[in-house]
Amino acid sequence: MSQVTQASLAPPPVALAPTQAVSLNINGQAHSLQIAPWTTLLDALREYLDLTGTKKGCDHGQCGACTVLVDGKRINSCLSLAVMHEDSHIQTIEGLGTEDKLSPLQQAFIDHDAFQCGYCTPGQICSAQGLINEGKAKTEAEVRELMSGNICRCGAYSNILNAVMEVLNNEGLIIEDKVWSAGDTKPDLAPVEPPKQ
Amino acid sequence: MNSFTFTQATAVAGAVQDKAAHDDAAYIGGGTNLIDLMKENVARPTHLIGLKKLGLDTIENTPDGGLRLGALATNADTAWHPEVEKRYPLLNQAILAGASPQLRNMATDGGNLMQRTRCYYFYDLATPCNKREPGSGCSAIGGYTRVHAILGTSEHCIATHPSDMCVALAALEATVRVSGPNGERTIAFEDFHRLPGDQPERDNTLEPGELITGLDLPEKGFAKNFSYLKLRDRTSYAFALVSVAAALELDGNTITEARLALGGVAHKPWRDKAAEAMLIGQPATADTFRRAAAKVLEGAKGQGTNNFKIELAKRAIVRALKQAAEMNQVLDTNAFQNSNP
Repeated sequence: MSQVTQASLAPPPVALAPTQAVSLNINGQAHSLQIAPWTTLLDALREYLDLTGTKKGCDHGQCGACTVLVDGKRINSCLSLAVMHEDSHIQTIEGLGTEDKLSPLQQAFIDHDAFQCGYCTPGQICSAQGLINEGKAKTEAEVRELMSGNICRCGAYSNILNAVMEVLNNEGLIIEDKVWSAGDTKPDLAPVEPPKQ
Repeated sequence: MNSFTFTQATAVAGAVQDKAAHDDAAYIGGGTNLIDLMKENVARPTHLIGLKKLGLDTIENTPDGGLRLGALATNADTAWHPEVEKRYPLLNQAILAGASPQLRNMATDGGNLMQRTRCYYFYDLATPCNKREPGSGCSAIGGYTRVHAILGTSEHCIATHPSDMCVALAALEATVRVSGPNGERTIAFEDFHRLPGDQPERDNTLEPGELITGLDLPEKGFAKNFSYLKLRDRTSYAFALVSVAAALELDGNTITEARLALGGVAHKPWRDKAAEAMLIGQPATADTFRRAAAKVLEGAKGQGTNNFKIELAKRAIVRALKQAAEMNQVLDTNAFQNSNP
């Protein structure tokens, strides 16, 4: 029988995750969390705060499902660490409206049937809210370009565009004269010009 | 992602010291590329130093008539800064051609320079890559090379630098301000990124521990005649197959100054001063532009599936220069009539 040393009988060393205290202000409410520094803002929202409206799609910043607003600006919460957001005001889909009073974008998405499966919708709405806050999109083409960070696998793009255009028009932010409202059928877009050589 | 610690730096000196005190530390600005690389286990820092509270997020005029971009200013704030929109519209266009609105709200100007390549094999831990594991080999050579380089490659690496913003910064001759263990220094933009050579693991000429603190733009912004032309696999939100930053100064229809830089074709933003020199004193015609384009692509080498990029780059250069020349300028109406490619 071989000699067994004390050390080899000891349980293997376990690397405990070093956690740290993080204060987050989300939808106007202060939260204190004790989390590992590698926790993304997205995982902090979903796994620690039960704010599951924000969705995890690709988890690599390519789909936009995780879009939230930080100090009014839209970001991908999957590519940001929670510890980087102390002192920020974070707004998620849960903070945009209430069940009794939806935000104009939430209402417009319903009116325009701007989704099918709904998985990308919270990100689309937060992104559109960020677009409105930025105030840079003045035409339909610019709205399409500035919504390009949100992928909809069901392909509800045309209705999403109509919903966003209606809210922008209602707020007087669009320079085109046509005002979109629910039920409008949009004309086909002009074909993309082939590259000139 | 591996385990790591995080500290929020509040001063540049403290950040540099913190970096020196750890073996595998990394600075983190917006994190849009680094966190992605960490999720893929391509980057495995054991300590992250947050830079958001360094106060380096301002954009200010400099005494010499230029503009200083704080390293922590976001890409979005930079693109839409009134001075950038007015004096450096080429930079505005290049930034807005890259990434998505969400990413531009996070990504910082310093971080944009520090982006790693989007070579598929660099991201794939199952394949050899000299950039990721020096000496392991290059899987891209002989592989699928749609996003790979045609200029300045080596037998060790054919990766491209993915930035749009940096292509404009190269054309505008920005200066990179850095701070490190040995103090502060400036690096001319053309000297910041490097070609792969036999050290493809090194993307740039930063010394260990050095931190980008800002970018200085010279006074000349080419706001009258410029173009940023980006060609990609979808209309928006994709990396460039080929992009061109073109900037001209014209006296009538004669070119008096020219800048030409390409993205998506090399390990660094590809500026060709010889081609620029060929444009000076010449009429702004398609023939002139075609000669310059041929010069840029003179030493180009396709890798098989990216051979198309050589002709694509030539045509993109001609079109970008034409777009730049035709802005705000009454051209000889016949100049292009019989000479379009």
